[in-house]
Amino acid sequence: MSEVMQKLRAPLLPGVVALALSTAYLIALLGAEKQRLIIGLLAFAVVAVLAAHYLGWLNLVSRSFADREDALGVYAILAACVVAAFFHDNHFVLLLFVTVLLYTVATLGLNIQFGYAGVLNFAGASFFGIGAYTSAVLSTYTAVPHLLVLLIGGMLAALIGSLLLLPVLRTRGHYAALVTIAFALLLKTFLEVNDVLGGPQGMQVKGMSILGWSFNDNFEIGKIEMSFYLNYFVVSMLLLTGTFVLVRRLERSWIGLNLDALRLDEIAASCFGLDIARWKITAFLLGNFLIGIAGALFGIVGGFVAPNNYTFADSLIMVSILLLGGIGNPWGLVVATFIVVVVPEKLQTIQESRILLFALIVIMMLLFRPEGLLPRPVRRYFPGWRA
Amino acid sequence: MTYLLEARGLTRKFGGVVALDNLDLAVVPNEIIGLIGPNGSGKTTFFNVVTGIYGAHGGSVTFDGADITRASPPAVYQAGISRTFQRSRLSLPLSIFDNIMIGNHKRLNQGLWFNLIRRGEFKREFEANYSAARTLVEVFEPQLAERMLEPVGELPMIDRRRIEICRALINQPKLLLLDEPSAGMTHDETKELMDDILQVRDLNRNLTIIIVEHEMGVIERITERCVVLNFGRKIAEGPYRQVAVDRQVQEAYLGVE
Repeated sequence: MSEVMQKLRAPLLPGVVALALSTAYLIALLGAEKQRLIIGLLAFAVVAVLAAHYLGWLNLVSRSFADREDALGVYAILAACVVAAFFHDNHFVLLLFVTVLLYTVATLGLNIQFGYAGVLNFAGASFFGIGAYTSAVLSTYTAVPHLLVLLIGGMLAALIGSLLLLPVLRTRGHYAALVTIAFALLLKTFLEVNDVLGGPQGMQVKGMSILGWSFNDNFEIGKIEMSFYLNYFVVSMLLLTGTFVLVRRLERSWIGLNLDALRLDEIAASCFGLDIARWKITAFLLGNFLIGIAGALFGIVGGFVAPNNYTFADSLIMVSILLLGGIGNPWGLVVATFIVVVVPEKLQTIQESRILLFALIVIMMLLFRPEGLLPRPVRRYFPGWRA
Repeated sequence: MTYLLEARGLTRKFGGVVALDNLDLAVVPNEIIGLIGPNGSGKTTFFNVVTGIYGAHGGSVTFDGADITRASPPAVYQAGISRTFQRSRLSLPLSIFDNIMIGNHKRLNQGLWFNLIRRGEFKREFEANYSAARTLVEVFEPQLAERMLEPVGELPMIDRRRIEICRALINQPKLLLLDEPSAGMTHDETKELMDDILQVRDLNRNLTIIIVEHEMGVIERITERCVVLNFGRKIAEGPYRQVAVDRQVQEAYLGVE
């Protein structure tokens, strides 16, 4: 690449084209019903992505995203709105879409912990569940405003997660991971034996309502009937956008640098003044807070919580999203969450063996592309910034 | 006489091995002092005890008038001591700029609000630090200054050493501990690196340096005074030419007939 090319800002167009094509593809995939058509579409995507990779087009797209992230972020939000508008009366697709958005928020939280600070958390689904149960309990027994419920869900997840801080700080790597696995198993048992929380049967969660606007009723715009899930799409999209910006800014700050430094070499980091415990705690609490908020909203959207929805297997799915997408790359997480959540829902033939499929994906990724589908680029504090 | 760094009776054991044995070592401000001795004589252990990675089992260390015997590594860094490592400890996936900024920790605003919300102010701090880091790298190698945002893992050994030294210097420490900067480099590269270090010192006359080195040419050229260790004890002290002919020193390196 020539010097001149380096100095010029990459063009916006490849990114916009990629977003437009992805949107069209997503609409086709989400709308497809016949199994053969779905298999065909998935095969087409694999071939198309490989072809684009070998023709060098993906490289253009990634340079476009690196330099023009702010503008492309706005386009991505628009794209999501187009997909939601297309399926405005389809409950099933909208619920699936909202699930993807909320899982992305949760994995962004995991990403702060594992991707940046290097703290393995195999209890992601447990903290997600703590958020969901918070919604269930608060909406059943109290009249706390629903937006506040989301916040409390996040705070409670962070608070309960802080019980793990001492063992997590005193152990490293695999051992810290074992602590979180133990927590995941304990929490599930606790939920099952606890009658106030509904025991193994779980609890109902009331729908959201803000300022008299009830989220669980279908509504009309003009003469067109809209699915009530469109309400939840809007809230989830706002949450995802906020989280995405937060995680992005975190990475592109001295704090993101601190987290990287302590993940890569604790001794060197502490010789340059880093308080290892302080930053590990910050990352762990912030991550759990985000997972908790996503869980609280997910509980409300689903209308129902039960211990079996938040098991160790679900935590593993979250971690596999992280590995698939590219540890530390938020855009990669968005793509990976779509793959991991949407594909098994559409491909009914693999419904039963989805865990097997994820296990295979993770092993293949670790063997052939350990940095993930979209590897994390070197930190750029401001996109498009030139010295 | 006031010392910048003073170790008195410093002792550190690893099981039955006494790595530092009642060591007295004093460093005057603005000098370059060489710490030499055979393998396993306690040079790196001395650095590790001073910087707080290992605790001392006896004796004391004072730095700039304050007792730092029991200080943690971050506290020692805050007090004004920076170091490099014998085996390079850079963060290889991070850029040159990022690695240097790790060394600048105490001068960067670490507030959550500042970092996440006040992006305008953050950008000003970022730009000021970027040009400071760039200027420092330029002293060592102008070509490297063009590659500030590239990962360190792609660079050859000599450039990594340079960046490690930049990382230690960026926060303007009072005392710099260099642990075998020539390890793994060719003769010519070593010479180049020493020129760089002397140049940095010319720019900052207040810098005091302790250097651990096996390359005697380096020691002869840049140090004003040497301390020779053997089995954790000081066996000689003085200008290089004087200690090099010392009988005890020669025995420590070559053995007794």
